[in-house]
Amino acid sequence: MSLLTVKNLDVAFQTPDGDVHAVNEISFDVAKGETLAIVGESGSGKTVTNLALMGLLSKSTTKISGTAQFDSSLGSVNLLDLPNEDLRKIRGKEISMIFQDPMSSLHPFYSIGDQIVEAHQIHNEVDKKVSLARAIELLDMVGIPDAATRVKSFPHQFSGGMRQRVMIAMALVNNPSLLIADEPTTALDVTVQAQIFKLLTDLQKDLKMAIILITHDLGVVAGVSDRVNVMYAGQIVETANVDTLYSTPLAPYTQGLLASVPRLDRPDTARLLAIPGQPPSMIGIHQGCEFAPRCTRTGEVNGNKCFSQRPELTKRGENHYARCFIGSGEQ
Amino acid sequence: MLRYVGKRLIATVLILLAVSFAVYAIFAILPFDPAALTCGKNCKDPGIIEANRIRLGYDVPFWTQYLIFLKGIFFGRSYGEGAALINCPAPSFGYSFQEHACVTDVIVKALPVTLSLAIGALIMWLILGVGLGVLAARFRGKTVDTASTLFVLIGTSLPTFLTGLLLIVFVVIKWHILPFPSGNYTPLTENPAAWLNTMFLPWVTLAFAYAALYTRFVRSSVIETYNEDFIRTARAKGLSEGKILGKHTLRAILAPITTMAGLDFAGLLGGAILTESIFNLPGLGRISLGAVLDYDLPVIVATTLLAAAIVVVMNLIVDLLYAFIDPRVRV
Repeated sequence: MSLLTVKNLDVAFQTPDGDVHAVNEISFDVAKGETLAIVGESGSGKTVTNLALMGLLSKSTTKISGTAQFDSSLGSVNLLDLPNEDLRKIRGKEISMIFQDPMSSLHPFYSIGDQIVEAHQIHNEVDKKVSLARAIELLDMVGIPDAATRVKSFPHQFSGGMRQRVMIAMALVNNPSLLIADEPTTALDVTVQAQIFKLLTDLQKDLKMAIILITHDLGVVAGVSDRVNVMYAGQIVETANVDTLYSTPLAPYTQGLLASVPRLDRPDTARLLAIPGQPPSMIGIHQGCEFAPRCTRTGEVNGNKCFSQRPELTKRGENHYARCFIGSGEQ
Repeated sequence: MLRYVGKRLIATVLILLAVSFAVYAIFAILPFDPAALTCGKNCKDPGIIEANRIRLGYDVPFWTQYLIFLKGIFFGRSYGEGAALINCPAPSFGYSFQEHACVTDVIVKALPVTLSLAIGALIMWLILGVGLGVLAARFRGKTVDTASTLFVLIGTSLPTFLTGLLLIVFVVIKWHILPFPSGNYTPLTENPAAWLNTMFLPWVTLAFAYAALYTRFVRSSVIETYNEDFIRTARAKGLSEGKILGKHTLRAILAPITTMAGLDFAGLLGGAILTESIFNLPGLGRISLGAVLDYDLPVIVATTLLAAAIVVVMNLIVDLLYAFIDPRVRV
């Protein structure tokens, strides 16, 4: 049984210019202990998907529909219609989140120890000393040297990479079954990136938690994830096991993304390819395939179908789905 | 830290020295003869004027006068001799020929009035302004927010002299809710009820104007802080809305509120001229006003110096508090 099953999740923001349809009827699931990567460019709805699952979107200006069954200690619950009180018991305890910018994600006025202890205290009725010991244990686990002393330090006394380690320690303090990592290394140096991912994958093995990794970096995805959802304009355009996706990408958008990554196994005279054009505006309802205006392969489909009809996500192999008329039998 | 405080204290003394010189110099340049003023409006007798000049020490050159003034602050000063001897012990800021008293005594008598006014008003406007600002931000767009906007609009546009007069007309004269403020200041230690009766309306007058500014400031600061990444982190931990507001958001805006309150408080301690005049309170503001109208130079010099000293010292206190509030500023 999977840990999280998302069905027809739809998120729209109400703005004066009309509804912005950030996430469009997406469905996916996450199995216990696996790493699911969600890949896509800025504005494709990766982050919004996860903020919606965590209930972190403002309710007054957002319309959310669909279901997200989560296998929690309270039983199987739908995260999207859980009362705030119950959702708070899951947040930070069973589902934790780490964010893109470790520089601003920690409160500047509280010591890191205080902040980790707080995260532990919310969900455990134990003495503060127990929580502090737990905080030190975790700081040690994520590789903060001299954790017992450093626990009293403030966020500004750490480097970016160290702060992200602190964030990870805080997220893991209650042994969550699911960790959502929203571009955890985007703000960090490349060398630090590698360290953070090594840390995450090591911890995942020890703690047997599932990870949803949100990123736009396909290089990162290849190294650490089991399965990949490729998102474009609020939709999933392709989902596959990571090896399958890299060897036989089917959606033209995925192919474009992969072609834009520098490869060491190709001669360096080969030019990097960029996907021409811009992602579509998310306001209003569009006809046809969202990617069609930027797609180079619309000619392979009969007539004007790409611009008049929306392709469905269809099964192409084991655990491999793609949203494109090409190869779907509807060409 | 001690070194920093020491440095700041030395700077404070230098600033005050500069202010004292500037104020003293301005009055030396002005085309008034203090000796003639002492003699009275209709005094034409050059003999008496000359005698006054010598008695008050205006017969010596400017620099000598200034140095004698400075010396008086530390060692006291006496005027005349024999039966007409007037002795103003240190710290002496001179002798007021209008009040017929040592300037220090005049100020010491007025200071408790202004202190009572400023402290009471500060407490009132902090409770009202911060409370309403937080409520307005928490329930943004709801009735309380609209009400706060109206309050801010009225509070910032009504000048204190109008608010004060309206309060007297309605609360005292028309509705008889409070007895007429006597104008005789009763110290808190002598009769708390009478003190409260004298101070209450002046507090309301000042607090009304300041609370409006603080409401607006706190509301926008809280809303701004709500968008910070560390507040999202706090939410993702599973904290309740109350704790997010009380512990994380208010903590973050404490520093700017302290700065603002410290400087506004310092400004009021220099004398709230309008409010003191309307309610007939014999505080520093009224004394300064009287001194300006009567060309009572020693009193003007002393009150100006005092106001400057309060601002400079309050700045130092705010800076020290800042280090206490914000760990990033700690040395």
